[in-house]
Amino acid sequence: MYNGGKIIIGLIVFVGLMVFPYIYEGGRPAAKPDPKLDTPEILKLPVSERKCVESKAFMTKEHMKLLNQWRDWYVREGNSVYINTEGKSYTISLQNTCMKCHSNKTKFCDECHNYAAVSPYCWDCHIAPKEKEL
Amino acid sequence: MLEKALVGGKRYWLWVCCLLAVIGVGFITYLYQFRVGLGITGMSRDVSWGLYIGQFTFLVGVAASGVMVVLPYYLHNYKKFGRITVLGEFLAIAAVIMCMLFIFIDMGQPRRVLNVILHPTPNSVMFFDMLVLSGYLLLNVLVGWTVLGAERKEVAAPKWVKPFIYLSIAWAPSIHTVTAFLYAGLASRPFWLSAIMAARFLASAFAGGPALLILLAMIVRKYTKFDPGKEAIQALGKIVTYFMITNIFFLGLEFFTAFYSQMPEHMSSFIYLYSGYGTHAKLVPVMWLSSILALIALLMLIFPQIRKQEPLLAIACIATFVSLWIDKGFGLVVGGFVPNPFERITEYWPTLPESLITLAVWAIGFLVLTVLYKIAISIKEEVVFDKYGEKQVKTE
Amino acid sequence: MSMDRREFLKITGISSILGIGGIFAAGGLRNLVEAQQVMPNPEGLKAKHWAMVVDVSQFKTDEDYQVCIDACHHVHNVPSIVNKKQEVKWLWTDTFEHAFPGQGNEFVPEKMKEMPFLVLCNHCTNPPCVRVCPTKATFKRKSDGIVMMDMHRCIGCRFCMAACPYGARSFNFKDPRPFITKENDNYPDLEYPTRTKGVVEKCIFCYERLAKGLMPACVEASREHAKKTGKRPGLYFGDLDDPDSEVRKILSVHYSIRRKPELGTQPNVYYILGGNEYA
Repeated sequence: MYNGGKIIIGLIVFVGLMVFPYIYEGGRPAAKPDPKLDTPEILKLPVSERKCVESKAFMTKEHMKLLNQWRDWYVREGNSVYINTEGKSYTISLQNTCMKCHSNKTKFCDECHNYAAVSPYCWDCHIAPKEKEL
Repeated sequence: MLEKALVGGKRYWLWVCCLLAVIGVGFITYLYQFRVGLGITGMSRDVSWGLYIGQFTFLVGVAASGVMVVLPYYLHNYKKFGRITVLGEFLAIAAVIMCMLFIFIDMGQPRRVLNVILHPTPNSVMFFDMLVLSGYLLLNVLVGWTVLGAERKEVAAPKWVKPFIYLSIAWAPSIHTVTAFLYAGLASRPFWLSAIMAARFLASAFAGGPALLILLAMIVRKYTKFDPGKEAIQALGKIVTYFMITNIFFLGLEFFTAFYSQMPEHMSSFIYLYSGYGTHAKLVPVMWLSSILALIALLMLIFPQIRKQEPLLAIACIATFVSLWIDKGFGLVVGGFVPNPFERITEYWPTLPESLITLAVWAIGFLVLTVLYKIAISIKEEVVFDKYGEKQVKTE
Repeated sequence: MSMDRREFLKITGISSILGIGGIFAAGGLRNLVEAQQVMPNPEGLKAKHWAMVVDVSQFKTDEDYQVCIDACHHVHNVPSIVNKKQEVKWLWTDTFEHAFPGQGNEFVPEKMKEMPFLVLCNHCTNPPCVRVCPTKATFKRKSDGIVMMDMHRCIGCRFCMAACPYGARSFNFKDPRPFITKENDNYPDLEYPTRTKGVVEKCIFCYERLAKGLMPACVEASREHAKKTGKRPGLYFGDLDDPDSEVRKILSVHYSIRRKPELGTQPNVYYILGGNEYA
């Protein structure tokens, strides 16, 4: 074929690039994320009250959307109180509501974010609580 | 047609490699700016726009000046511009791309640039600027590519191109008017708050852009087999002359209003730029250089005996271009911020990283220009023109 | 069927655009989080038209105004940038000649020439910064007139800085966090975020404190300072739409000036120059 040498070399380079990530990881699947909920603040609450703003299933799937809406409701509309599906009120604030219970960013938030290889820049501004060594 | 840019002689590739080297250095410097922030530039809390926005302002003018060759040819059948219109359109494309790059590198949070589209704000002139610049780029790409493609196939351009051409003729002054509105509507900056800002912008654009186009046409003629035409260059020379006169006249008008009215807030920026306040006089030599160059250019352009001699015309065009580049690409923007709203002086001068990034954007623009011109010229060299007895070289 | 390369590319291109566009459209149509009830904090302070009055006569010593500046800058994690050219400040002072250019003359009393005037964002009723912002990152709250900053949306174009006639806005030229340290005598307030590089910031009339029923930090600091020194407070804050508010009462008794009134911005920070009696 025309330019056979260049084509074959190109193919080898292409296949090499595509396969490289699997070789690098040694073929192991990454460990499943294990976000820890055992912060001192959560442990202080009685078991019946250890509930997040919304249910775990909802939060896992939609916390990004919820935070976006919280941001607009609070900053842009001036509404600082959120009433969840069960009628309980929360102050809309990542730093002062969410992170008050989930005060372990590296063992909670980062677990899934690192696994999914996303890096939300919330904590460029919102101060993450200092994590205590448990 | 892009494949035409991939074949070229030694000189072509050397030029492209030089450009790529400059772009590489600037790109790495930009990564540094992206990581650390705009603090690496010379901008300050008081002078919050600097070289980047100044260059953007100047280049919108160059982009708009494409209309100066398109309008006479398409609207008034000025056949002498037949061989130069595509050069003007492609210059406009390169200039608009540079404009958009300068805006991008000037942003504090470039990752959020889409917010301008996601949250349209019709009352903001900057929103309109984004719209008109994007539209102009698309128009020029569409028109230039289609017309060139038709020429390559040696057929007439399709009829549907005509309305787009007419649209681009109307669009060109609008991009520069909108850019002028960025400045002319701000009560906070008396130096810019002038009704003739848009008129000044257009006048300087239609002097500076064609000046560059003349120089490019001369370079093209020297290094390729394609000749845009002596008459086209002379006609452009007349356009540069008249608009340079207008531009200098408009500047004079601004001076008059400021200094005859003796209003401090209108005079203060002029005093800073052309005379300085005490030790704060960094821009004075630069502004006077711009004025002297403008005067030299004007004198050389006004007299046809000088203008008709192409080497002298080239010098006049260089003087015009540099003078306007200093005035619009630097003095205008910085002058608006000095003195600041507290009548205090904070001076500005670009830093080395800032300059390297600026150079890289210019290099990207010239690379786009080189590629587009290579394509256009390769096509035009193959086609024979016999309209005015000025023969082009036939390919064997 | 046979097709040439151009046809193939055209079909591929259009299908890709339709496909990607369709995904976006479908995503947008998916049910958003159900709009649960959201409401303002019932304890929050409410007004239709917030304004501030600065009683300049109460700011005689450095401490008088520094307590206000420190309170503001601490509560909002305003960084102390070393390079003065790129400093960030929400509240600061300047002399009469510079805060009110054009309004003075050479026969102004000497004392007044040197007096410190606290300057900040005026939260104009007709704000040019809001008019120019291309993303509505800075916007005027319809409910109470505060000119807000949405740090999430700001693209850092700095058009607002060019448009502000009062030089009230600061840009984060670099990451501010290294400049919010105990060494700088300015440590993080953990209840309020910092900003990141590349966004513009300014006084936001303590909207987050108003939402909790508190007065702005500078106003509260001024009151506390007044209690300590036995003087009257230097800052007043209230609703101009409420005829019984403190600010309305003061303005009805004292002549006030505002910065650059001729520009039509209708600033809402009023300065009263002397006399201490008010209804």
